[in-house]
Amino acid sequence: MLTLRLFMLQRLTALIMAPLVLGHLALMVYAIRGGLSTGAILARTQGSLPWALFYGTFVVAVSIHAAIGVRVIIGETLKTRGAVLNLLSLVFCGLLLFAGLRAVISVTMP
Amino acid sequence: MIRPHRNHPLWLAYILHRLSGLALAIFLPAHFYVLSLALTAPKDLDGFLHWADMPSVKAAEFGLVFLLAVHFFGGLRLMAFELLAWTKDQKTWAAASVAFAFMIAGGFLLRAI
Amino acid sequence: MTPMGDKRLSSDTNTLSVSVWRGDGAGGKFEIFQVPSQESQTILDVVVWIQQKIDASLAYRYACRVGMCGSCAMMVNGQPRWTCRTHVQKVARDNRLEIAPLRNLPVIKDLATDMDPFFEKWVRAESVFHPTGTRDDEIVRVDPTEPRRVEADAAIECINCAVCYAACDTVQANPDYLGPAALNRAWTLINDVKDGGRASILEAVSQEGGCHNCHAQGSCAKFCPNELSPITSIAGLKRETVKSFFGGR
Repeated sequence: MLTLRLFMLQRLTALIMAPLVLGHLALMVYAIRGGLSTGAILARTQGSLPWALFYGTFVVAVSIHAAIGVRVIIGETLKTRGAVLNLLSLVFCGLLLFAGLRAVISVTMP
Repeated sequence: MIRPHRNHPLWLAYILHRLSGLALAIFLPAHFYVLSLALTAPKDLDGFLHWADMPSVKAAEFGLVFLLAVHFFGGLRLMAFELLAWTKDQKTWAAASVAFAFMIAGGFLLRAI
Repeated sequence: MTPMGDKRLSSDTNTLSVSVWRGDGAGGKFEIFQVPSQESQTILDVVVWIQQKIDASLAYRYACRVGMCGSCAMMVNGQPRWTCRTHVQKVARDNRLEIAPLRNLPVIKDLATDMDPFFEKWVRAESVFHPTGTRDDEIVRVDPTEPRRVEADAAIECINCAVCYAACDTVQANPDYLGPAALNRAWTLINDVKDGGRASILEAVSQEGGCHNCHAQGSCAKFCPNELSPITSIAGLKRETVKSFFGGR
């Protein structure tokens, strides 16, 4: 149930996320030294446009990418098709977008 | 346990990629929710981060980083195969992806404990 | 003296316990037969023996019995194979065998499947030659060393046996998926300088069920008895469709 368009969307978002994933992993390995706290995170991210852009892009890309991936899994295991499958894909994408952007705002809002 | 026709490296790479993607897709909404606590309930987030210092949670985090690394390297391998027309060394690359993922996740764990 | 009076059988102490799927489209079950084990015995030999000596109602297909036609393809111990080229010694475990009809195809009876869906997808993938010349035109010179011809030649020996189709889990999970064989053939035509249907082929393999549903499991290449690699052909199709997505020809 993947057409060329959905395939391209998934591959392109994957390529966009490649450097973002590496950056995120590196950041996590760095950030967890000595334990993590809300204060420590917010001190770095609050009011930061670069972090907002970095993670905002990440959220948009992963919402599309994960929704397409889950679409394939649902289609192939539950045999869902057509309008129902499209609806489920969009709902999951929307859920990730909403929750993700909310999280980005939560840590970068000044 | 694995059906006979599935007992080969490329199929294992496929199922690992699918399962890691699914696990990450399930994990993400929870991850986003926890982070948004920074805005709505910062004390709760602090409590959570403190709880997350527990070794079992660290082990789970290692698992998550491993899944992300597996999915990432597996995805790169797949796209390289599709775009660059590699053929015979597919299995080696599949194995290498998992190895790299272990390294990254291991790095995370060693820093964490 | 054995019942058959056959010298070969009298020196033989082994018996195979062969579980054979019996039934049709409505359903069925496995039935066990005891078959004398012989040297250099193939799975096809076993099936033939059962049908000739025990149960004449067993339905199955074969033709050349020498590994050229692909008619005898079946699931042997859960793996799709040409039964005429599968030695019992290589696959039997504890003298036990399980033989079933090819997966992912409707069953007509017992071990014979309906190949129609397989060929329908072949046509749906536009994997049919699109002629550009007439009998009055000169014969097109095709250089066998030319890169595109080398690509096509690597995939051209497909004899439509449906082993790859049976091996593929995506075929099982996605009824629309055109499958490795149809897509493999599409790739040979994309690389055929004489074929005039490039645009229609790319269009056909970009639809729902097209090449982009391949998850690169690789069971097709693992089980192809002709050692073809549909997974590689499909990767080629993905490349060509991606190029066309970005405005290439």
